[in-house]
Amino acid sequence: MAEITEQETDQRHGSVYRVAGTINIARAATTQREIDALPDPLTIDLSDINRMDTVGAWIIYRTVRDRGAKVIGASRDEVSLLKQVGEFDKPTRVVPDEPHNFLAGVRELGEWVVETGQTLVGLLGFFGSTLIGFGNVIKRPTRRFRLNAVVQRFDVVGVRALGIIGLMSFLIGIVIAQQGSVQLAQFGAEVYTINLIGRITVRELGTLMTAIMVAGRSGSAFAAQLGTMKITEEIDAMRTIGVSPVEALVIPRIISAVVMMPLLAFWSMLLALIGGGMFVWLSLSIPPLTYIQRLHDVIPITDLWVGLIKAPVFGFIIALAGCFQGMLVQGNSEEVGSRTTTAVVQSIFLVIVLDAVFAVFFSSIGWV
Amino acid sequence: MTSIPKELDPATVPPGCQPIITVRGLRNSFGEQVIHDDLDLTVCRGEILGVVGGSGTGKSVLLRSIIGLQTPDEGEVEVLGENMIGREEDEAKNIRRRWGILFQNGALFSTLTVAENVEVPIREYFPGIKPPLLDEMASYKIAMGGLPPDAGPKYPSELSGGMVKRAGLARALALDPELLFLDEPTAGLDPIAAAAFDELIKSLQRRLDLTVFLITHDLDTLHAICDRIAVLADQHVIAVGTIPQLLALDHPWIQEYFNGPRGRAAADSYEEGATA
Repeated sequence: MAEITEQETDQRHGSVYRVAGTINIARAATTQREIDALPDPLTIDLSDINRMDTVGAWIIYRTVRDRGAKVIGASRDEVSLLKQVGEFDKPTRVVPDEPHNFLAGVRELGEWVVETGQTLVGLLGFFGSTLIGFGNVIKRPTRRFRLNAVVQRFDVVGVRALGIIGLMSFLIGIVIAQQGSVQLAQFGAEVYTINLIGRITVRELGTLMTAIMVAGRSGSAFAAQLGTMKITEEIDAMRTIGVSPVEALVIPRIISAVVMMPLLAFWSMLLALIGGGMFVWLSLSIPPLTYIQRLHDVIPITDLWVGLIKAPVFGFIIALAGCFQGMLVQGNSEEVGSRTTTAVVQSIFLVIVLDAVFAVFFSSIGWV
Repeated sequence: MTSIPKELDPATVPPGCQPIITVRGLRNSFGEQVIHDDLDLTVCRGEILGVVGGSGTGKSVLLRSIIGLQTPDEGEVEVLGENMIGREEDEAKNIRRRWGILFQNGALFSTLTVAENVEVPIREYFPGIKPPLLDEMASYKIAMGGLPPDAGPKYPSELSGGMVKRAGLARALALDPELLFLDEPTAGLDPIAAAAFDELIKSLQRRLDLTVFLITHDLDTLHAICDRIAVLADQHVIAVGTIPQLLALDHPWIQEYFNGPRGRAAADSYEEGATA
């Protein structure tokens, strides 16, 4: 450790900074502070220094450069080290320039609008290239259709989601039954709890909750997988070999989501009905057989069609948004994360918008 | 197997050597596959030691064992006088402060600029160093790494392969290390850039009095800058020495490596350069 032997301050002759021992990175902050505290003109006496690293040399160099300090008592090695660090005095900036003015906000808004527009156009373009991909697969199904990839996706997207979607739906069924029965009891109409459970799960919630779960579970995975493949240049490698990434990666994922969504949605409806049934059996003492009989009476078959028609459309949107965001990844690993987030947000938002459109549409064609 | 003369035996500490890395009886395996068995190696202060070996002989695993990223099955690893086996990230900080590592692909933090990458170790160990001194330190380290000043505010994704290596070197030099580990520093560089990088390492080693542990495949690098070369084969270091000393051995891999067409070309060009 260095110790300061002397710091002379004299108005006429200025000050002398004299340290003994080591002047290195471990003492950099202290050394700098001590030097800053001394008034000009400054003389630095290195005669008692026995070890100096480039950081120590740099601090002395910059003091000489900025304050015109005089260095005395430096050994040959120290002089050569000082000269060497001087050679590397090429100031660089740490972060890129960013304009800080009142227009920055306006510019950001403009960039955001342009970016959103480009995303929409891009999504449309991606939709188009997916359709072309589908066209190619349909034209020559034996050669272009990747059965293994599709079946593997069925497993990942569908079979492995059964547990979590089942549990979620079962619990939601219980919650609807419980909340509904409390409110309906005020009119003495507990028995209508069954109508509530039946219609809301089959028509709306089964499909919607499944879509949200699939977006979170598989849409994000699609974006992350494709994004990582983009970064590791696997997708470029595919292109150069002559394999279309849309056919090999996007189409199997879209098919799996489109096929699995209605099946999962049906599974979800079933489990929600069972959950609600358990509740009304235990809490309202309506036996299962009566419950099933009531469900049969109150749920019109069109409700099932409403639920099941929406499901593949939602699946398509989720897979499309996930794959699209994945393919947009460029540059670094952070982007995989942000694109994955965007994929999930985008797909859930689009699913809910479409759900509203469907609700209006089915009402207007008389499926109420 | 040929017998190795005593002075080339990796277990022998050369006369006048101040050991800075000592590896004894190292054994590494992945499942059934044994990578190293009874591996010895000594690196002396102030030398540039090159480690060569065929693909899959465990050069990078050796590096990872020395720097504590891989816990070996058996053996002792001592770096700068401290045992490195089984040390966690937050332990042995006094040692980690004294070395710098250039990973094969740079391993730059992709969300930070080059200058911020260089500042990371400084901030971690010396939080007392604040801008503008901190930024100036990053600047001169970047210049030392041989990068132009405009590289400082760039992100790693905006850099070419050679620039990534130089930025990685600048980060490795951030704390004025005594010991520098380089994993294939010239791999993926064009011959001109590789030669410039060799020159840079050599001059930094001289200026900063570094000890360099260098893994390479590059025969030109071996000829141009390495003081001694350790040959990794048959799961251990078979010999350590200068190229002429190694050539005197009649081990088949060594002969093929240094006397193959590429080895001869590198040796010839180096001799011409030395006599010219």
